[in-house]
Amino acid sequence: MATKTKPLFTGKRHRLDRPELLAPAGNLEKLKFAVHYGADAVYIGGQHYGLRSNADNFTFEEMKEGVEFADRYGAKVFVATNIYAHNEDLAGLEDYLHGLEKAGIAAIIAADPIIMETAQRVAPKLEVHVSTQQSTMNWQAVQFWKDEGMPRVVLAREASLEEIAEIKANVDVEIEAFIHGAMCSSYSGRCVLSNHFTDRDSNRGGCCQSCRWKYDLYEDDIQVYGMDEDQFTMGSKDLCMLENVPDLIEVGVDSFKIEGRMKSLHYVATVVHAYRRAIDSYMADPDNYELKEEWLHDIQKAANRPLNTGFFYDTPGAEDHIYGPEDKAAPYDFAGVVLSYDESTGLAVIQQRNNFKPGQEVEFFGPNGTAFKQVVGDIADEAGDKLDAARHPLQPIVMRTEQPVQPMDMMRKRIRP
Amino acid sequence: MATKPELLASASSLDELRRFAEAGADAFVIGESRYGVRLPGDFPVEQIAEAVAFAKPRGIRIYAALNNVLDNDTVRTLPGYMKQIVDAGVDAIVFGDPAVLMTARTEAAGVPLHWNAEMTSTNYATAEYWGRRGATRFITARELNMEQVLETKAQSSLEIQVQVHGLTNIYHSKRPLVRNYVDHQSEGAKEQSSQLPGNGVPQGTIEEGLYLMEAERPNERYPIYEDANGTHIMSADDLCMIENLHELMEAGIDSFRIETLLKSAEYNETVIRAYRAAIDAYAADPDGYRFNESWLEAIQALQDPNRELSYGFFYKEQVY
Repeated sequence: MATKTKPLFTGKRHRLDRPELLAPAGNLEKLKFAVHYGADAVYIGGQHYGLRSNADNFTFEEMKEGVEFADRYGAKVFVATNIYAHNEDLAGLEDYLHGLEKAGIAAIIAADPIIMETAQRVAPKLEVHVSTQQSTMNWQAVQFWKDEGMPRVVLAREASLEEIAEIKANVDVEIEAFIHGAMCSSYSGRCVLSNHFTDRDSNRGGCCQSCRWKYDLYEDDIQVYGMDEDQFTMGSKDLCMLENVPDLIEVGVDSFKIEGRMKSLHYVATVVHAYRRAIDSYMADPDNYELKEEWLHDIQKAANRPLNTGFFYDTPGAEDHIYGPEDKAAPYDFAGVVLSYDESTGLAVIQQRNNFKPGQEVEFFGPNGTAFKQVVGDIADEAGDKLDAARHPLQPIVMRTEQPVQPMDMMRKRIRP
Repeated sequence: MATKPELLASASSLDELRRFAEAGADAFVIGESRYGVRLPGDFPVEQIAEAVAFAKPRGIRIYAALNNVLDNDTVRTLPGYMKQIVDAGVDAIVFGDPAVLMTARTEAAGVPLHWNAEMTSTNYATAEYWGRRGATRFITARELNMEQVLETKAQSSLEIQVQVHGLTNIYHSKRPLVRNYVDHQSEGAKEQSSQLPGNGVPQGTIEEGLYLMEAERPNERYPIYEDANGTHIMSADDLCMIENLHELMEAGIDSFRIETLLKSAEYNETVIRAYRAAIDAYAADPDGYRFNESWLEAIQALQDPNRELSYGFFYKEQVY
């Protein structure tokens, strides 16, 4: 991972606005954990008009519950309605947007201008954010969307920090940027590989990630590199700006967006937790801010691809792609979530999320300071019967923790070095 | 006699433009790669003016390509550039980025605006949206099927332009993917540029001959090239709608686009002639129109045997 130690913007400090930390939530449980672990806002998908047709998308009822939960933390819920609609998708749009408004959704993230305009007309309480699928790269296009009544633009992932600074200097509108997670290597929305390879429409949620396949490059009928060499790919490393949070804040990015509506609960909680601590620490005392190694280590525990800084500092080069084998699983796995803790006995009830057993090293973490490792001692079911292993998904397991824990703290275990 | 749809092409040079006009194209999209995307050649402003001078007396229209994804630096130069091309007398401006629309309000008032965001131009209501903001023409995404194209024409008040022949872009990245791959293979820093396929190709021209293949699709060659705008990957087949052009003519589609990119001038000339013949035959007698096999045969005779002529997405159902 590229390390940028020197801050990019070192001018005289103006008063800084606290950025929003915006997290993905593939389902209601992920929403709750994302909010609990420190997201100021979450974005979800509904039953229609979103780009993750395979995700576990929200019903209106689930949205309402999510909004109520988020409200208690002062957090907001956004819905991605980011497809490029085809004619037949237009019927039902008004009802759907109206339903989102009724469910208490704060904003939609839209790419197709007809979805933006329809929302303004039929669901005026919904804010409309311009999706990264619009590939907005310049201040004048941002000005256009502002003039059209959009309070926020999610920039193209191709915009550099300097370009973002220029956009902020020219237009008074909220700017959201992806700061962590998987990236399209194309301009977002400008890729129909899926349509051509598999008849799946990428701009309506059917993307089959052909950019991560391997290809042979030919020049005039001759394969440019031999069979035993790495094949060509468009696949990119994942974005990680954790080391560069001060630059993002200084440049005035209003919302820090984490990618990953398809990612696991453990991933979302871990990543949110790391950025939450970095942002809060910087905002509390910018002059004495120090990046903590443990935040980076935490990120690595959930990362399933190598990381880089995208286009923020320069155009990605050879080192920013994943040639050769892809997708190593993250080194740690989610083992359980704390349901309750009894201070008098030091016993916690932990809901099993993956197998664990006595003798294994685990670590606990949580948004309110929980952070320790221990070896699993005796475990029992709720009836008090001793178990040799926690094998059953969602089974409540009673075990002693070496330090106090809180509900919604997580327990993870190392699965490979 | 029916109203004739326009036959629109691109050209890599003034010579080629004259040649394609001779073959029957009656409109051209030209421009510079800084502002336009995937042009077969660069036309500096003086050459755009020359093209207009050639075209005007012949009733041929010249459209300026400004449909790139624009960055701040380019946007700064946009008013000056737009003023120049308007002075040069272009008949329309093709745009995708809203910055072009904004600039056109002051620098190109009255010049028709064609909205072309390629794969994201997918429904008539969005066409109308851009129409309310000044667009006069909507270029349909190549991923639409016939039913969607025809409904778009029926529902929209804008002129509708449809690509009927040639390859299509299927992936555009700002990353220099070919250079990155070569760098990865060479590992060192020194010899990279000399090993780069396409090294030494002058700016504004395209290195042809590079393509990608995927193990499970051994008969499909996806052309790939790099330029100042990044990396472009193109379809493995060439769209060819000449047999079914009447379906589009009956619906009153306003403009038929021939994509000339990555093809020889001779091939493009033949394609343009074939479509010219079909359009003229239909216009002369819509009811008595019959597809003439020889139009297609002329194209087939010059078709790269490694590239299939296809109907693109016109008769496909996609899932998502």
